[in-house]
Amino acid sequence: MTDQSAAEATAASVPPGGRQRAFAEFWHYFSMNTGAVIGLVVFSALVLVAIFAPLVAPHSPDEQFRDALLAPPVWQEGGKSMFLLGTDAVGRDMLSRLIFGARFSLFIGLVVVVFSLTSGIILGVLAGYFRGWVDTLIMRVMDIILAFPSLLLALVLVAILGPGLFNAMLAIALVLQPHFARLTRAAVMAEKNREYVVSAKVAGAGHIRLMLVTILPNCMAPLIVQATLSFSNAILEAAALGFLGVGAQPPTPEWGTMLASAREFILRAPWVVTFPGLAILITVLAINLIGDGLRDAFDPKLKRS
Amino acid sequence: MSVTVLEGKNIVRDYHVGGGLFRPARTVHAVKGVSFTVRKGKTLAIVGESGCGKSTLARIITLIDPATSGELFIDGNKVDIAKDGLSKEMRRKVQIVFQNPYGSLNPRQKIGDVLGEPLLINTDKPAEERRDLAMKMLKKVGLGPEHYNRYPHMFSGGQRQRIAIARALMLNPSLLVLDEPVSALDLSVQAQVLNLLADLQDEFQLTYVFISHDLSVVRYIADDVMVMYFGEAVEYGSRAEVFADPKHNYTRTLFAATPRADVASIKARLARKKAA
Repeated sequence: MTDQSAAEATAASVPPGGRQRAFAEFWHYFSMNTGAVIGLVVFSALVLVAIFAPLVAPHSPDEQFRDALLAPPVWQEGGKSMFLLGTDAVGRDMLSRLIFGARFSLFIGLVVVVFSLTSGIILGVLAGYFRGWVDTLIMRVMDIILAFPSLLLALVLVAILGPGLFNAMLAIALVLQPHFARLTRAAVMAEKNREYVVSAKVAGAGHIRLMLVTILPNCMAPLIVQATLSFSNAILEAAALGFLGVGAQPPTPEWGTMLASAREFILRAPWVVTFPGLAILITVLAINLIGDGLRDAFDPKLKRS
Repeated sequence: MSVTVLEGKNIVRDYHVGGGLFRPARTVHAVKGVSFTVRKGKTLAIVGESGCGKSTLARIITLIDPATSGELFIDGNKVDIAKDGLSKEMRRKVQIVFQNPYGSLNPRQKIGDVLGEPLLINTDKPAEERRDLAMKMLKKVGLGPEHYNRYPHMFSGGQRQRIAIARALMLNPSLLVLDEPVSALDLSVQAQVLNLLADLQDEFQLTYVFISHDLSVVRYIADDVMVMYFGEAVEYGSRAEVFADPKHNYTRTLFAATPRADVASIKARLARKKAA
């Protein structure tokens, strides 16, 4: 055994553990996944564009050019170099609206995922760890939420809270949250009876430490994947609510709202529908790729030793 | 020398199996009144077949589960976790090593954190000191400082069991419960781990409660032997007594069931086969 361990002993010395080291290690495993890196590049570009929207966009998103209603993109016949991606039905520049829309869509996705992930994890860990009546209470409420069609429930909530982007986000977060709670609970229940948890208990760890430090990190892989999927779901549901007139209100250049309001021009001016759709597609794809990479990098079992 | 570290008096543990719609609730008597004492630096081996209550007893001794009735004394203090809860001091005195080295280490914790965690929770030693102590312990169990920053999945079963032993020893416990610590390992590694345990016992004056179903292992490591059968201690005495003169029928059956691998017995078996 000692021979074997001596042979295994590579040059790896013992540097003091630090945040920087942990990040270097994470990056090493993350960068092995090419798709994830591409996703990260695209997503970072999107975030940068969203942050510096006023500098990047050629026009104001609300400025109407009355002489160029439904102008086609620049490479089509009749396109103007002033409007790279054409204009919509009231003469607003599509590119500028898409650039400003990135702000709203990313913001919606982020807020919804943070809300639903946090509350879902808290409820799921409590239910899975304590079981008994806590579990029954939490999970029956989750079942009730899941029993409603999600869009209908979101619509009802917004109707109660009043229309608007923030209320729509809250409603979507509440609708998506049972998925996180169920996933967390299932994972916690599976991990809770493993011997390493008993070992930690014997080492003196209290409930909070067991829940958050010992068990939860081992349940994160499915949650990360679910979070990335929910990000896209959130953007789409926000769009649906916008279309129904209770989400982002019309002048707001939100991708989903743009997509919905351009529905009637799908044959006459396909670009008005295509570009917001493409923007959503690319964003969602990039985030999903990142999610895959994160899962691989966070799960030591998938690491190559 | 004869300081008693662990004493159990009439320990009973019942499990209530909740009844379903068509089944009445019933009570399973897992441990039915077991008494024992272990002196400092000695090893008590608890032997028995699967399901005889030895692991339940281990969990009671390790203060994970409370006993239904009976008294448990550790270092002369009466412990009752069902009534009084568990103080940090008591927690530090008893540690356990589990059977399965693949399940007993948190896959997301580096070895250094695995070893440092008991210190982090139970003491207020600074990070630097915790690291030094963990390093020292790694060396004691035959691993090196280069293993400090690795994850459990990078180790073999025997190495993991060494890590589990190291973690159990981080708090300087007076009593170490070994729940079939070598049953999941192959034979050559078993011998190494057993030797390590024997060395550590000499060095730290450790007291072991060694749970096993393997009599050859028990013969090697035990001072006293307790044989359990359906929750009862059917035989209890020093190793020499029990092995030389088993009193109970079950113990005799158990001994007869142990495979023999010495040359004389193999020759005798072949001769019998020929004759038949």
